Amino acid sequence: MKMDIILAGVGGQGVLSVSAVIAGATARLGWQVKQSEVHGMAQRGGAVSAHLRMADGPVFSDLIPRGRADLILSLEPMESLRYLEYLSPTGTIATDIEPVSNIDNYPDLDALLQSIRTARASILVDATALARQAGNVKAANMVMVGAVAHMLPVTEEALISEIHRTFDRLGEKVLQANLEAIRLGIVAGAANRSYPATA
Amino acid sequence: MTTTEKPAARVVLGDEAVALGALHAGVTAAYGYPGTPSTEILEYLLRTSGPGPKVAWCANEKTAYEAAIGVSMVGRRALVTMKHVGLNVAADPFINSALVAIGGGLVVAVADDPGMHSSQNEQDSRYYADFARILCLEPSDQQEAYAMTRRAFDLSEQFHIPVLIRLVTRLAHSRSVVIPAQPQAESPLGVLPDGSEWTLLPANARRRYADLLDRQPALLAYSEQAAVLQLASSELGVITTGIARNYFLEYQAELDYQPSHLHIGTYPIPIEAVRQLAGHVDRIVVLEDGYPYVERLLRGLLPEPVPIDGKLNGRVPAAGELDPDVVRQAIDGEDRRPADLPDLAGRPPQLCRGCPHADSFHALIDAMVELEGPLVCSDIGCYTLGALPPFRAIQSCVCMGASIGMARGAVDAGYRPAIAVIGDSTFLHSGMTPLLDAVADDTDLTVLILDNHTVAMTGTQPTLVPSDRLPVIVQGLGVDPDHLHVLRASHKGEADLVAAIKKEIAHRGVSVVIAERACIEAVKRIRKERS
Ligand code: SF4
Repeated sequence: MKMDIILAGVGGQGVLSVSAVIAGATARLGWQVKQSEVHGMAQRGGAVSAHLRMADGPVFSDLIPRGRADLILSLEPMESLRYLEYLSPTGTIATDIEPVSNIDNYPDLDALLQSIRTARASILVDATALARQAGNVKAANMVMVGAVAHMLPVTEEALISEIHRTFDRLGEKVLQANLEAIRLGIVAGAANRSYPATA
Repeated sequence: MTTTEKPAARVVLGDEAVALGALHAGVTAAYGYPGTPSTEILEYLLRTSGPGPKVAWCANEKTAYEAAIGVSMVGRRALVTMKHVGLNVAADPFINSALVAIGGGLVVAVADDPGMHSSQNEQDSRYYADFARILCLEPSDQQEAYAMTRRAFDLSEQFHIPVLIRLVTRLAHSRSVVIPAQPQAESPLGVLPDGSEWTLLPANARRRYADLLDRQPALLAYSEQAAVLQLASSELGVITTGIARNYFLEYQAELDYQPSHLHIGTYPIPIEAVRQLAGHVDRIVVLEDGYPYVERLLRGLLPEPVPIDGKLNGRVPAAGELDPDVVRQAIDGEDRRPADLPDLAGRPPQLCRGCPHADSFHALIDAMVELEGPLVCSDIGCYTLGALPPFRAIQSCVCMGASIGMARGAVDAGYRPAIAVIGDSTFLHSGMTPLLDAVADDTDLTVLILDNHTVAMTGTQPTLVPSDRLPVIVQGLGVDPDHLHVLRASHKGEADLVAAIKKEIAHRGVSVVIAERACIEAVKRIRKERS
């Protein structure tokens, strides 16, 4: 069994924390995990991506071959389409629908969401709003982890304990917000799955 | 070591695996200058080594390398880290350190950046190792990065040469499990070596160089036995180096035949292994990240006895990094790139909201409005983003410190006005010497130092000296105090900054304006560390 995920977002959104939580929980299953990250210049508000590869056998390449990813997990709607060539025809796009419009030529949001819906199976979640509801808008990334929890090789409980490990040291308030965020995400993910109309 | 317990497996970046390897090799000191993708090596040591080895960021890669040579001279182990272009800065001590009688293991870990994710070129450090005539080890995964770093220290002591570990971005910044081995204790302080083996006067240098040449066959013998050769199908022979192996193995599982395969992780290139492969197959594909280093040597100048596919005949793209798809296509020739990809707006990096550089650039732009064609040479750091909209305020970025030297040259050539824009850390790295040149000549030049109190781009490492020492250093270099201003880079202080820049551009002679305010990311980090 294997699970290849492209993580996408804008520098500063917490893409690497998403990767760390999923990778950490999966590694504890005894799976092999390789997690390729972006550091440096792109982290300054630019498009960022990470490749997360997990398998119960050996993982060779740090990068996912094109057309082989099972999931694009994005924290920003336009970014969810940037790496579409990596997604398998049967893969899923899961994204926060709140745009980061730090550029002049940001596309029309409704059209953008429509093209995501028609591209592949999708999970579109207003993660930023749910994170706000959870008490910390920055926890949108953990809402998205929750939204795809049902697709991951690990249990929801395993993800929650991984959140404990990651956020414990940042204080009770941050931890609780992230825990609430993943709970809200789990519910929202199940409710917002859609499939493109078959041609 | 009193404990016999093996350290636990851990998930680390390739960079961190090198750090852990050095730590477990009993390293006494580690030096470096931050540079993507190498920064996390020293960061890991700073975070985890506790009271163990001395770990220090240095003014630049050259000073870092020289400190490491000193550690080796007194018999202890030293690690020095940098990005690929950093080795250009450290090239002088690096090349010459191959001629002294290395005592304690000296390992230089250099991270190349094929694809230029965060760099101005994609130079290949294997050429440097070749140039210095030393061993180069190129790990293919995190475990090998750990093990090879440990081995590099032993090899350095065995052959009395520095050993270069070559990393690439995709390994440096990829995380996976490393299973460490039993750590080794630090070496004792050695006795002073014979000075003639360390003093490269021509007479000594000639003798030392002859000695280095005498050791070449031993280095080659080492890399021959380290090469991994599997002779299988005669249809195709694949040569991989470094992480190209992973891409090949990924694809090999899908092939209905097994190509013969030579993996090279140790240089000099194992000649015998290459010859054996070439003697067995009808065609060779060379897969290596970076320049076609192995491929060029293979092709040589004379007609090829075996057809070779690689970067030089276009079978593999000449620029950019390898990936699983490039490797698949190199082997079977099939282009699988999907045709109908969405056309998306680009999202280039930009200065953080509230960044002090933004205020400085606004001030600079304002100060130059009435000037005709001002030349603004800049440098390497977050502020290089000042080249992009909305600022479009700078016209060059070549290498660390070049802003000042280039502006000086333009002035000498008759251009006016010329302005150099450089960050505080870049100034300390390579800006002081060209400023000294400008002072010596009283060049008609204005230097704008953007002092954000940190090395921001690479993750807010501390600068070598606190910000309030910077004006003292500038004055010490001979800049007239009347033409040195320290002002705050803020929206409120913008008018003052504009006035100072205007005044100094008008002044005929060297002037320096320091625009100072802490990077907001650095402030965040410090706040986090305090709480
Ligand atoms: S990291 Fe600091 S210096 Fe760099 S863009 Fe952000 S605020 Fe500015």
